[in-house]
Amino acid sequence: MKKIIKYVVLDILRNRILVSYTVLLLVVSMLLLCLTDNGTKALLSLLNIVLIVLPLVSIIFSTIYYYNASAFIELLVCQPLRRTKILLSVYVGLALSLLIAFCVGVGVPLLIFDGSITAVLLIVVGMALTVIFSALAILGSVIMRDKARGIGVAILSWFYFSLLYDGLVLFLLFQFSDYPLEKPAVVMGALNPIDLGRIIVLLRLDSAAMMGYTGAVFASFFGSVGGMLTAFVLLLIWMGWPLCWALRRFNRKDL
Amino acid sequence: MERAISIILLWLLPLHAWARVWTVKASVKTTLQQAATGDTVIVPAGVYYEKGLVIDKAVYLKGVGKPVLDGESKYEVVLILASHVTLEGFVIRHSGFSDWKDLAGIKLGNVRHVTIKNNILEETFFGIYCQQSDSCVIAGNILRSNASQRVQSGNGIHCWHCDNMQLTGNTVTQHRDGIYFEFVTNSLIKGNRSFRNVRYGLHFMFSHNDHYEDNIFEHNEAGVSVMFSHGVDMKRNRFAGNQGGGAYGILLKEITDSRMEQSHFEDNTVGIYMEGTTRVQVTANVFKTNGWAMKVQASCSENRITHNNFFGNTFDVATNGSLVLNNFDNNYWDKYEGYDLNRDGKGDVPYHPVSLYAMVADKNPAVMMLYHSFMVSLLDRTEKVMPGITPVNLVDRAPFMKPLAL
Repeated sequence: MKKIIKYVVLDILRNRILVSYTVLLLVVSMLLLCLTDNGTKALLSLLNIVLIVLPLVSIIFSTIYYYNASAFIELLVCQPLRRTKILLSVYVGLALSLLIAFCVGVGVPLLIFDGSITAVLLIVVGMALTVIFSALAILGSVIMRDKARGIGVAILSWFYFSLLYDGLVLFLLFQFSDYPLEKPAVVMGALNPIDLGRIIVLLRLDSAAMMGYTGAVFASFFGSVGGMLTAFVLLLIWMGWPLCWALRRFNRKDL
Repeated sequence: MERAISIILLWLLPLHAWARVWTVKASVKTTLQQAATGDTVIVPAGVYYEKGLVIDKAVYLKGVGKPVLDGESKYEVVLILASHVTLEGFVIRHSGFSDWKDLAGIKLGNVRHVTIKNNILEETFFGIYCQQSDSCVIAGNILRSNASQRVQSGNGIHCWHCDNMQLTGNTVTQHRDGIYFEFVTNSLIKGNRSFRNVRYGLHFMFSHNDHYEDNIFEHNEAGVSVMFSHGVDMKRNRFAGNQGGGAYGILLKEITDSRMEQSHFEDNTVGIYMEGTTRVQVTANVFKTNGWAMKVQASCSENRITHNNFFGNTFDVATNGSLVLNNFDNNYWDKYEGYDLNRDGKGDVPYHPVSLYAMVADKNPAVMMLYHSFMVSLLDRTEKVMPGITPVNLVDRAPFMKPLAL
């Protein structure tokens, strides 16, 4: 298993797209952190990158990589290896290399130039999102046999999580604005990893505003130690379930 | 002849200064009975249970070595009913608590020129309570109660129907309201610190022409609230860390012809909340990392908000209607994205400090959970290009490009 992970990571790290992704992240975060004199503003822009660009790149890159590596995977299946191990190794290799890219591109500059707790939280959230979206990508590509369809599903799921879902929530919040929505809002936030990550960072970044009205409910839930833990456990579940499903599917799949 | 008269008068001067100095042996009360107007009563260190000390003649009561006057949680500790009294250097503790009487650590009833200086008040119901008094000085006192444990709690420094008061350098904490004024005029409130009170740090009504300078109001449950007054002059105060659903750095309700200058607003849920205010000048203040730097309701008119710095606030300005009768020109906003072609230091593109989402969140607070999401940023951008919901008139026509030196 270690060997497969090593091969996958080395293969991806030599990939030009991943290298340019790392450089892009590095340049953007350096520019934001060095050129703006206002720390909050830089963090906000980086938050936007973490919430939008990161999931998109993770999911698309992982999907394309999986399809391109299908021959390699078929070859591995012919060997006396367990299928679970094969898929797991490919997934870990993928997630690991994307994590390396993120840590070099955003993590290191953030720690050097900011180093606040908010920055650390942002890095943790970014790492979680990278892992979650590559898991989703693996699930999508295991289910879809056709490459074009697989990429379509990947783009659509990114679109859903980063835009459609929020639109839907906004719509619901307006439709049911006459009712107390604090608790349903907490639940809705937990059902989308991007929202979950955003709320975790938001509670630190805009703590003053979040203490007003509904915010107090969020703050008391997600802001407490127990709530923080709950949020991270939820993120872990988000990492876990797509992978488990993908593994089960892959074990029974006719390649 | 004139010389002779002056010399005789000069000889007579010491007659006036025949005041005696008394030192308390056992009871402050009995010593006070013996003392005459103008005398000095020195109270050495110790604990005195006076069961309600009444000072009814103009004496200088001085505590040496912080003597303790204890009210045994039953009595009003000190009641001053004579003018020209000075009370200095005491620890006053354990006043009575009552549901129907305002028992206090030190109460001033209908007096003038009384000085309360450098005392420490501990676990009193009301701290220093002044009624119908004028020209009194309350300076350097430390008031500490335990209001957090009690449903019933009193105010720290409470003034009712007073004039020309001077409150300087006092520290008030864990009372209901730190400083409470009702019908207090022409007074100076300077260098006080009021924090962690269970309601307001400062609370006044119908108190005209007062000056508030260099005070600090921090971490009070509901911030600071001031109402129905005119000629209020506030300078160099600090309002910080007042967070919660109903907490304001400062709430201005029905305030007219007043000034708010050079103050700092930091980490409050709402920095300044204005309702029904008229002709208030908000100048040279710093608003930093507040939830809402300002909430200016549509009922406000002719206010001028200028030369302020706005940094890192979640929302800069929010309002509840489309009517805007206030002026927001010439501030620095860190969210401003315009340019300055003629290099005069002021942006060429107007800045609209009210964002769409501030309006939306005002009507439906639950949507705050979506703040900073892609969807919301998109909506905000669209609104900036084509304003439909946000008030078009709430605009800074010439915002500063760089932060002002404040």
